[in-house]
Amino acid sequence: MLDWRWDFTWEILPRLLAATGNTLLAAGLGYAIAVVLGLVLALAQRTPLTVLTVAVREMVEFIRSTPLVLQIFFVFYVGPQFGIRLSPWTAGMIAIGLHYAAYLSEVYRGGLESVPKGQWEAARSLNLSTGRTYFRVILPQALPPSLAGMGNYLVGIFKDTPMLSVIGVAELMHTANAIGSQTYRFLEPFTLVGIIFLLISLPTAAAIRLFEGWVRRKLGMG
Amino acid sequence: MDISDISDFPLALERDTAPMVSFRKVTKSYGSLVVLDALDLDVAEGEMVTIIGPSGSGKTTVLRMLMTLETINGGVIYVDGEPLTHMERDGRLVRANDRHLRKIRSKIGMCFQHFNLFPHMTALENCMEGPVHVLGLSKRQARERSEELLAMVGMADKRDQHPSRLSGGQQQRVAIARALAMRPKVMLFDEVTSALDPEVIGEVTNVIRELVGKHNLTMLMVTHQMGFAKDISDRICFFYGGRIEEQGTPEELFGNPQKERTRQFLSAVKEAT
Repeated sequence: MLDWRWDFTWEILPRLLAATGNTLLAAGLGYAIAVVLGLVLALAQRTPLTVLTVAVREMVEFIRSTPLVLQIFFVFYVGPQFGIRLSPWTAGMIAIGLHYAAYLSEVYRGGLESVPKGQWEAARSLNLSTGRTYFRVILPQALPPSLAGMGNYLVGIFKDTPMLSVIGVAELMHTANAIGSQTYRFLEPFTLVGIIFLLISLPTAAAIRLFEGWVRRKLGMG
Repeated sequence: MDISDISDFPLALERDTAPMVSFRKVTKSYGSLVVLDALDLDVAEGEMVTIIGPSGSGKTTVLRMLMTLETINGGVIYVDGEPLTHMERDGRLVRANDRHLRKIRSKIGMCFQHFNLFPHMTALENCMEGPVHVLGLSKRQARERSEELLAMVGMADKRDQHPSRLSGGQQQRVAIARALAMRPKVMLFDEVTSALDPEVIGEVTNVIRELVGKHNLTMLMVTHQMGFAKDISDRICFFYGGRIEEQGTPEELFGNPQKERTRQFLSAVKEAT
């Protein structure tokens, strides 16, 4: 029958909760990189420079078509051959940030394309510069339709942080695995990991929906 | 691609005698479809010119080219004596760069069929955007100017509303205030009443009427409101197939049209209304 030991559960819980901090940090940092870099990738694909546009589009396509775990391995293990030696954390953040930047750039692209052409024309008729047009007129309107996709990828990056355990980032999965190796008990640590992920993912998804509504109202688009 | 030779076009027009807007042999085509065919059109300072014609006759394109929303394929457009679509380099006209376009474009304002207000800004913020971020006015100056203009179009009490809370007629009036806040010399009205419910058309046409009376603005308007055009225009241009088929004072054009196509169009419009 199921051999669940409560005393062991309480014993390992503090260690897992501490590792949860690392998981949240990894997800937060990776997401911050992805949010900013994704926008850069999306805007780069809208410049008149065909070379840049094509290069960025191919890169995004490449990243989206290969597994995240491969990209993590690549940055961490192949990087040193080119003289780029990175700590597990740095390599992991670059890999996961870049990976999700590629996905977010597609979300932004959809949002940017949803802004009606008339908005560009009005901005031009007021003689706004291209930069001002983007930051004052287009991006604020591209944001609300992008929020749902952005929220999905926030939960997505959070759930993908266990992949960082393969290069030794001491996040939740890595810690649970270590506990299992030391004690030969895997049931409690892995079950707890699942529960912790669930307890964070579900409210986050709900919070994102609330945030989306708030932003729409704030921008007068409710 | 330039399909006409512009080497003999003047680098600038004589300041004192120059019309405010001058189209010289302006051609616009999309692929093999010629929308405007070597258009010559001068609009004097303070003149109100209305463009009428069947759909596809190129009338809206005239305004869009002047606002630099469309590039041209041949000829030159001059605004206030200076070339708009081109600029001088080494004694000859070359295609205008972004900087030149922004400089000349600042003399032109435009109102659109679908208003195109910025939905995330209030009426007041819509009006202040250009003055603050393009003209470099202080927030206080821009606010004063914008409030004055919103009052002029009768929208002072709605200044803190977002466009989604305003009716079409109200949005269009805000759009007029927004364009005027940039103090343009030329105003373009592109079918500004076409998207409006019949009962609110009057509130927009009244604002334009007032502008004609009080300001020395040069105006170009595309409209289907023939009665309105007749009332306020100095000159009516009837476009057909990318050319000016006939033009004259409202009395001449509506009262005694010379061309068969003009007569056909006017009687078709009359039947429809």
